[in-house]
Amino acid sequence: MIPGSKRGRLGWIDAAVLAAIVTAVVAVAYRVDSVLEYRWDWSAIPNSLYRWDEETGRWVPNLLMQGFFTTIRLAVLSMIPAALFGAVFGVLRTAGRLFPRLLSRTYVELIRNIPPLVFIFIFYFFISSQIMPVLGVEDFVRRASPATLRSLELVFGPAALIPNVISGVICLAMFQGAYMTEIVRAGIQSIPKTQTEAGLSIGLSRWELWRRVILPQALRRVIPPLAGQFITLVKDSSILSLISIQELTFLAMETAVSTTRVFEVWITVAGLYFCLCYMLSLAFDRLEKSAAAART
Amino acid sequence: MIELDGVSKWFGAFQVLRDVSLRVAEGERIVICGPSGSGKSTLIRCINRLEEHQEGRVVFAGRELRADTADLTQVRREIGMVFQEFNLFPHLTVLENCMLGPTRVLGMTPADARDRAMEFLGRVRIPEQAGKHPGQLSGGQQQRAAIARSLCMRPRVMLFDEPTSALDPVMIKEVLDVMNDLAQSGMTMIVVTHEMGFARTVADRVAFMDEGSIVECLPPDRFFTSPADERTKRFLSQILSH
Repeated sequence: MIPGSKRGRLGWIDAAVLAAIVTAVVAVAYRVDSVLEYRWDWSAIPNSLYRWDEETGRWVPNLLMQGFFTTIRLAVLSMIPAALFGAVFGVLRTAGRLFPRLLSRTYVELIRNIPPLVFIFIFYFFISSQIMPVLGVEDFVRRASPATLRSLELVFGPAALIPNVISGVICLAMFQGAYMTEIVRAGIQSIPKTQTEAGLSIGLSRWELWRRVILPQALRRVIPPLAGQFITLVKDSSILSLISIQELTFLAMETAVSTTRVFEVWITVAGLYFCLCYMLSLAFDRLEKSAAAART
Repeated sequence: MIELDGVSKWFGAFQVLRDVSLRVAEGERIVICGPSGSGKSTLIRCINRLEEHQEGRVVFAGRELRADTADLTQVRREIGMVFQEFNLFPHLTVLENCMLGPTRVLGMTPADARDRAMEFLGRVRIPEQAGKHPGQLSGGQQQRAAIARSLCMRPRVMLFDEPTSALDPVMIKEVLDVMNDLAQSGMTMIVVTHEMGFARTVADRVAFMDEGSIVECLPPDRFFTSPADERTKRFLSQILSH
């Protein structure tokens, strides 16, 4: 028999494991159904996703979908600065000079060794009370022309929440950037020194060497761990609910309270997060495959 | 064109180069041989400053290479280097490998750089491999692509650091043929190699290094028949006996 033909088959160990899992699920479902005495009622869920707006005569997103869109915005918006932080500090981390290395190391260690929640509580206070007024985001939004406001709302969501969303994005990006820094550093250090030598010997400047030789190879190697970190970023955006950023988790808590359908709401929310993250991981899978195809 | 004057270098406490002096004139072809660990590679790597020397002077075309040499990239673009392990850029095609320097360093247009790259890929006899990535090529083809990549910078001198040591005999011949052609064209070359056949036919002078110094540096006919130093004789008898 060809060894490869075994791959698709279910061995007896696999069957036993599968049976155990099915038994466990059935047992839990049975207990939930008979012992827990929870009266399932999903009727409130569709309405908390979308509601009929009498004034405009249209279906509009209700709390859960609003939160879902905010989460997507937060995720997409923070990925860019997080990746930027990761790339810049990751490069600094491998610098020859001590100061850049020290700077980057401090950033990473400071963030990695404080619980995300604590970091965000502290950092949010500084951002929202100190940095945001300096940036003048609120004033800018207030004075924006209707046309700019419309495009701003497209990117950042409802106008009233823009400063709020931006603070959240900065927090999340700072925090995730530290983890990406370490991933990028590992990627850079995996590129052999001989590549640098080859680049220098044809007269490339330091900048061109990084831009054309080191980073393209390093980034290609870190696609899988970086993809994982991006997905973590999406999930960790739920932490921002604690600083009253009105994203999916925050609005789910509100919905759970107002509808009193706690389990139904949270299961729905879990489904929404799952869809978002799973789509991301499929997208990264494709990216990884095309990067691998370009190599050979 | 190249002047090494009393060059010394240490790796920590270990002295790799001891007071090495060598002058290479334009168009000259020098082969450097010697046992491993004798400092041959380190020596030629000092010429384009991939290694820094601590004492003595390294002068290329009238410019001394020092820690404060402002335009090191200017010097490096005039010195081509071929490595033992080829060191092609694996994420780029062979053609892109060859075009990178001309477009990014010399500021050529992509079209001109492509023409030049194809010209040199033709000269190393692998024009049909231009669109492939280095990983798809044999070792001999990769080394020839690496030579073409260096030549695309139109260097004034080419350094070869054991260019055939990672190759099997058939591929060694491919690469040596290309190096022969290059020597015929009048290129100034400094070659670290154990290929004594190449040294005999191509070199103007052969230098023997041992323990960080150049023991002797003679034209090949005298080097192979009447070396003065005992160490050279011993090395030659070892390397030529098989």
